[in-house]
This record gives sequence, C-alpha cells and structure tokens, in this order.
Amino acid sequence: MSNSKILQADIKISKSKDIRSLPGFSWFTLSFFIYLYLPLMILVFFSFNSSSSATVWEGFSIDWYFKAFANDDIQRATKNSLIIAVVSTFFATIFATMAALALSRNRKIKHKPMFMGLIILPLMVPEIVTAVATLTFFSTIGLSLGIGNIIIAHTVFCIPFAYMPIRARLQSMDKNLEVAAQDLYANKWETLRLITLPILVPGIFSGAMLAFIISIDDFIITLMVAEAGSNTLPIYIYGLVRKGITPEINAISTILLIISIMFVTLSYWIGKKR
Amino acid sequence: MKNIITLIGASALALSAGMTSAIAEEELFIYNWTDYTSPDLIKKFEKETGIAVTLDTFDSNETLLAKLKSGATGYDIVVPSHNFVELFIKEDLLQEINASKLSGYENLSDDFKNSFWDTGNTYTIPWMQGATSFTIDTDAYKGDIHTFDLLFNPPKELQGKIGMFKSANDVISTAQIALGIPLCSENPTEMTKVLELLKKQKEHVKIYSSDGILERLVSGDVAVHQNWSGYSIRAREKKASLAYAFPKEGVPSFSDNLAVPQGAKNYDNAIKFIEFMMQPENAAIQSNFAGYANGVKGSAKFFNDAMRNSPEVNPPEGTNFIFTKACSEKGIKLEAKVWESLLQ
Amino acid sequence: MKKLFNIIDQYKGVLPSALMVGIFMLIPILIIVVYSFMIPNPNGGGRTGFSFDFFQKLFFCRDLFDNLVFSTGYLKIFFRSMWISIIAVIVSLLVGFPVAYYIATQNADRRNFLVLLITIPFWTNLLIRTYSWILVLRDTGLVNSMLISSGIINEPITLLYTEGAIILGLVYTYVPFMILPIYASLERLDIRLIEASRDLYTTHWGALRYVVIPLAMPGIIAGSILVFIPSIGAFIAPELLGGGKNLMLGSLVQLQFSSGRNWPFGSALAVIIMAIVLIALLIQARNSRKNGTEIVH
Repeated sequence: MSNSKILQADIKISKSKDIRSLPGFSWFTLSFFIYLYLPLMILVFFSFNSSSSATVWEGFSIDWYFKAFANDDIQRATKNSLIIAVVSTFFATIFATMAALALSRNRKIKHKPMFMGLIILPLMVPEIVTAVATLTFFSTIGLSLGIGNIIIAHTVFCIPFAYMPIRARLQSMDKNLEVAAQDLYANKWETLRLITLPILVPGIFSGAMLAFIISIDDFIITLMVAEAGSNTLPIYIYGLVRKGITPEINAISTILLIISIMFVTLSYWIGKKR
Repeated sequence: MKNIITLIGASALALSAGMTSAIAEEELFIYNWTDYTSPDLIKKFEKETGIAVTLDTFDSNETLLAKLKSGATGYDIVVPSHNFVELFIKEDLLQEINASKLSGYENLSDDFKNSFWDTGNTYTIPWMQGATSFTIDTDAYKGDIHTFDLLFNPPKELQGKIGMFKSANDVISTAQIALGIPLCSENPTEMTKVLELLKKQKEHVKIYSSDGILERLVSGDVAVHQNWSGYSIRAREKKASLAYAFPKEGVPSFSDNLAVPQGAKNYDNAIKFIEFMMQPENAAIQSNFAGYANGVKGSAKFFNDAMRNSPEVNPPEGTNFIFTKACSEKGIKLEAKVWESLLQ
Repeated sequence: MKKLFNIIDQYKGVLPSALMVGIFMLIPILIIVVYSFMIPNPNGGGRTGFSFDFFQKLFFCRDLFDNLVFSTGYLKIFFRSMWISIIAVIVSLLVGFPVAYYIATQNADRRNFLVLLITIPFWTNLLIRTYSWILVLRDTGLVNSMLISSGIINEPITLLYTEGAIILGLVYTYVPFMILPIYASLERLDIRLIEASRDLYTTHWGALRYVVIPLAMPGIIAGSILVFIPSIGAFIAPELLGGGKNLMLGSLVQLQFSSGRNWPFGSALAVIIMAIVLIALLIQARNSRKNGTEIVH
C-alpha cells in the first residue's frame, strides 16, 4: 500500500465526514478541552503574580520568570526530568512495540498470557510498593548509575503504558492486509516495514506520549530510587508544598508548557508539509 | 527518529560530563528537607572552603530512613529529626563525628550538649529547632489563643474550619499533650481517650493534610491549622491577623540535626560543614532564612530585624516546650491503630 | 547451546520487555511478597519469621486492649476505593469516548494535533494541576464566587473535600489513558462499515451502537484497565481534593511503609491489590474468549 492510497482514503473520509460525525460530539470535545485547560490557565495567570503566593492574586509582575531562570536547583531538576523522560520513553516504546508485535503476530511464542501479565505487572502494583521494592533490589545488587538508576526504573513502569495503545491498535487492525502482502511474496520484514509499522504509527505515537507524561510526572518511585545529585522537578515541587508553592513553580511550569506547545506546533507543521 | 538519537547522544554526553566533574573537584552532597537550607549559607560555605555543594531534598524522616537503610545513598550530610536520631544510631546508619572534639563545639548551647537523643553529640549537632502547635486567624476568633481547647473543643466560630497535620505522630502527640497523657503512651485506656477525643474532633475538621497549609490559612479556607512555627511566620507575613499559639498545656517541639551517614564519600568535607555550622554568624544566616531557632550561642546578635522581633521565635515567658519522642514498638502499634481507626 | 539460540530467536520480540520487567520488577515484587509473610520490624523492613497476621487483619482487628474483635474497618476502606475507582472509570469512559471518536473522525493532521493537545497539560506537574482545582472548587474559589456574584446562590456550596472532588480529580488525571487507546483502535475505522450500517437504515446512534463500539472494544478495555488500576492506588487526589479524612487503599499502603512502619502489612495489601487486578483480567480474558474481543490471548 502506498502513501498516495492512504491519502486518497483520507480525502474520501474528509469529504464524507457527515456520515461518521455524530451530533453534539464536536461541542462535547470543545467543552472537554476547556475542562482540560482550565487549571492550566489559572496556573499561567498566577505565574504573573507580584506577591509570593500562587493562589492569592496581588498584581502583575514577571519577576518570577527571572527568579526561575536564576534558580540553579530548579534548572538542574528540570534538566534531569527531561533527560530521564526522553530516554525512558525511547526505550520503553521500542520494547513495547517489539513485545506487542511478537505477542500478537508470532505464533511460535507459547505462554502468551504469562508474558502479557508480566508486561503489565508494573501497572498492577501500587507505586509506593514498587518504589520500596526497587530501592531494596537496586541496593542489594549494588546498582549505582546515578541518573541511570532512575532511567531503568522509569523504563520498566513506562513499558505497559506504551504497550496498551500499541496493542489496541494491532487488535483493531485488519490482518488481511498482512496476509495479502505475504501473498504478494513480501517477506516477513518487508511486511512489517511496509504494512504493519506504518499502520501502527498512531498506536506507537499514543504509547510514547503516555510513557513520556508518566515519566515526567513520577514522584514516589523517583524519590526512592534517586541517588545523590539526581533531584527531579516533581521531587523539588513536592518538597515546596510545605511552605506553599510560589509563582516560581508556575513560571517554570509555564515555560515547560510553552516548550510543549512549540513541540506540538512543530510536529503539526511538519506533518502538514509531508 | 534522527532527532531522538541526537537527543539521546546529547544526554549521554551530559551524563558522562557530570560524572567526570564529580571526580575532579572537592564535593559535598547534602540531603535535607526541602526549602530548609539557606542559599546564602551554601554560597558562603563554597566560597570559604572551595567545596562544591550539591543539595538534594526529601519529604519525611521515613523517606530518609528507607533510603539510608537500603545503603544506597551517596550523601555526606543528612538531617534527621531528633525523634529519629536514636533509631538511626541503633540501626547503625550514622558515623561518629565526636563533635565535642571539633572546633566551635564550645558555641553549642548546653541544652543540646545533653540532649536525650544524642548525649555528648557523638553523632549529631543541632541544626534548627521549632514548634509544632497551630496557627490561628485572630479575626475569626477573639479570645485567648494559647490553648489546645481551640483545636479539640472548638468554639462555634472555628467548627468546620480546622486543619490538622496528616501525620499520626504529630496529631496523636498533640492530643496526648492536650489530655495530659504521657507521650508514646502504651496504656490502652489512655489511648482510647486519645481516640475518642480525635473522633469527636473529626466532625469539626475540614482537612487532614501537611501540605499547602499556608494557602488554606491565607485564603481563609480554614481558620486554624496545625503548623510549624517557621512556616507560620510566612503565613503571618501574608495575612497579619494570623498568630501562632503557644498552648499552656505544653508546646510540641522538634529539633533537626546534622549527621554523617555511613558510606559518606566526603567525610572530611562533611566535618568542615559541621564546624562551619557551629559558628554563630553562619547559624544566624540559616535562622534568618528558615525562621527557626538554632542551637548556637551568640547567633542572636546576627539575626535580622524580622527574626529578632517575630513572636513565633520569641514565645511568651514560661512556655513549656516538649520534645516529641520516638515511640517503642508497642507505642508505634497503638499509634497506628488509633490513626487507622480515626480515618477508616 | 544451539537450542538456547533457537529459543532466544523465537522469543526475541518479547524478550527485552520481559527481561526488563522480570529483573527490575518481578524479582523486587517477589521480595515484597516474602515480606508480607514476615513479622513487622518497627524500624522498617521485616523480621524473619512467618505469620498470617495480615489475613486476619482484614476482617478482625485487635482493639487497643489487644482483644480480637470483628472489624469492617479495612473492608470499608477497600470498598470505598473500589467504588470510587469504578465511578472514575465510568465517568472517564463517558467523557473519553466521544472525544476519542471525534478525534478519530478528523483528517490525519488534525488527529495528531488533537492527540498532542490532550497530552500537553500533562507536561505540568500533577500536584500543581491539582492545586489549580483547589482554586476552582474551594469555598472562596472560582465556581462559588461566580455563582454568588450572579445571584444563583447566597452561601458557598461545599465542592472541595468531597467524594465528588476526588472523582473529578481522578478523571482529570487519568482520562487520557482512556482516550488514547480508544482513539488508537478507532483511528482507521473503515468508513464502509458505517456506510453499510447506514444503508441498513440504522440511525447515527445505531451505527455507533452496532459498529463503532464493538470496534472500539479493545481500546475501551485497555483504557478502563489503565484508568482503574492507578485510581485504586491514587493518593494525591484523595488527600488534596478529598481532604484526607477517609483513607483510600493507596493512602493505607503508603501509611504502612511510612509512619506505620509495618512493611509486612503494606506488602500484604499490595499483594491483595495485585490479586484483584489479576482476577479482573482473568475474568475479562474468559469473557472475551467467548465474545472474540480478546485482551489476553
């Protein structure tokens, strides 16, 4: 199947949208996005507060942005968080894709429920238990890789989050396409590269996104597993709630938000160009 | 795809760069409660000694305990609270520092040379001390604020506007002091009284949480909240009607301490930091930042005005401070039972 | 040796994940399971020894005088958590499905854009977002002040520190885990199926009921699991939005590993949570084998 064919399908879909779209769904989606973004608007609003409270408005100022940029601890923590999230997402998504393909396409593999259970195991265990268990285990085997310890722990619990959407995608995929390709003498790898993977892309994309947001927001496991010098942003923020969150945190969150919006716009733009 | 690979390459580079720099210069890794270390203090220490300080943070004594017990640390200085120090020593998690032989020891106040948790300062020196009673909005309640009755038998205007710590030990110790029962009581009859008191109080409690106390007080969401004395200062600075209570029944207090964990890689630098902290001027810098008293004599003359005049640091004459205790196994079990039955 | 290579070759797809999870998750968890049979050490950790204490603890408890009495305390916590998590799943599904369907019916550019738009808020720390909800919900918050100033109510209504607030927080936190899998399974929904169903004189809703929902089933199931499990263990929403007055399972486990310092009981609770999830998955697998929508092969 070529790209142009997919494109044709798209055009056809967009022309005949009336058949698939349901009344009220677009309004519903719009209100959903308002619900999703309401807390963020408040957050951005208070990053411009002139007083040191993130909840009581006292006037406009951009001081907190300068303070956030001058705060070494915040910068170090943000850098650590981003590195950990990117690397763990990368590995977790690759592993999850391989596993999803193997478990739904490779007939030679036995005991599939067992493997499936193993892969989603990290989901089933309460975080604090994983945290304590992993810490105990790491110190028993003497694993000490600094930030690497956190990356390993994050990769493990990101795997099921990446796996689920990819698997859902594979299940709703028309297996006849692959059979047809093989009928046309495509070998296993060609089928994978030319048919399965391209169709799988939305699943992989969703999975990677889930893994990323899970990693960048993790607190308990990271707190336990972290070694000296590897504070992450969530650890920093959780500590601050004792004294009350200052707009400095809102400022750094706003900056992260802008980065993510830039990232989204960029990928939208690239996608459109292609 | 290519971008991702570049990113990973870059982060690997950043990682290895971080590792090499760790070997190159003198370092000190401090593990302290969040927002509890004066940045000016660290800068001064770095300037005087040339040691590069890395500061990481934790949220509870239990976290610190779990981490030290696992043996995986890399920290040179840790800051356990007084009621955990004995436990840390018993579990062999701390190294001897023999503070009495260090320079500046003569500056420590006598109370802390003979503390019940580390007599003779073999393992620790005091860092900061404060109280854990409560902050109250004097606009909402006009009477005498220095009594635990306001928490446990609240007058009408405070009912449903009470915030409590989310910590078994803090809440139960407070109830014990209010009832005049010994701390860490192992007597079931006494603990039943504690449970009854807390259950009756629960109807009037709005929230059990140790986080975000400042916001709730300042926004008027609660009118009275269990609080640390240092954080009460910050709340008062936002809303002048907030005051800190020193209840006549006794004021629960804490003292946090500097210690060197087993396996510290930079023991000598840790000792340098401990000696540094026994200098009055340095202790005062830290107090000015955090709003807590320190255990170093002569530091008061370096306090700034805010610190010198703050009612939170200068309690009324004759206030009875009670250091909370580390309970025995039986005490902890009873505490946990009371706490779980309260919240189930 | 050759046989070993064959096995590795045969299982190579699933091997990286299995090894990662097996070594860094399964082994630590087995250690924890062992803990659940040990006697608590008040300093954290467990002591050697063997006890079934925890089992008893679920239905009976020793009162302060150490007498064994029947107690539903832990069961209450347990059912409260289950109940709240199930509601959170249902609300997430009701909210998430229309959104996922809407996104799936857009053209490719817009689809990717909207998916990214859903993930953006999650770049912001959960605690911070939860705090924003406090600002919206509290007595002096956005909702109440708007209602009061518009004259609809005179006294603020209590929104914060209720079970409703907990559910709102849980849905807010986990709804992307519902939307993304459903979206992934609907994204290439074959238009001809709907055309065919419309030709058979079904309405919009008929097509939805008989064509779209069955197709979305793998996504709905995956999404429900992804929302349900973390909801059971969640403790930020219950603590901050619920007021922490009544324990949930997540907070109870947390308590055992922190100030309760009873690792064995905490481990036992964890084992029970794992068992519930496992049973739920097995029942689902059995049903799906009948219906043909499998999640576990």
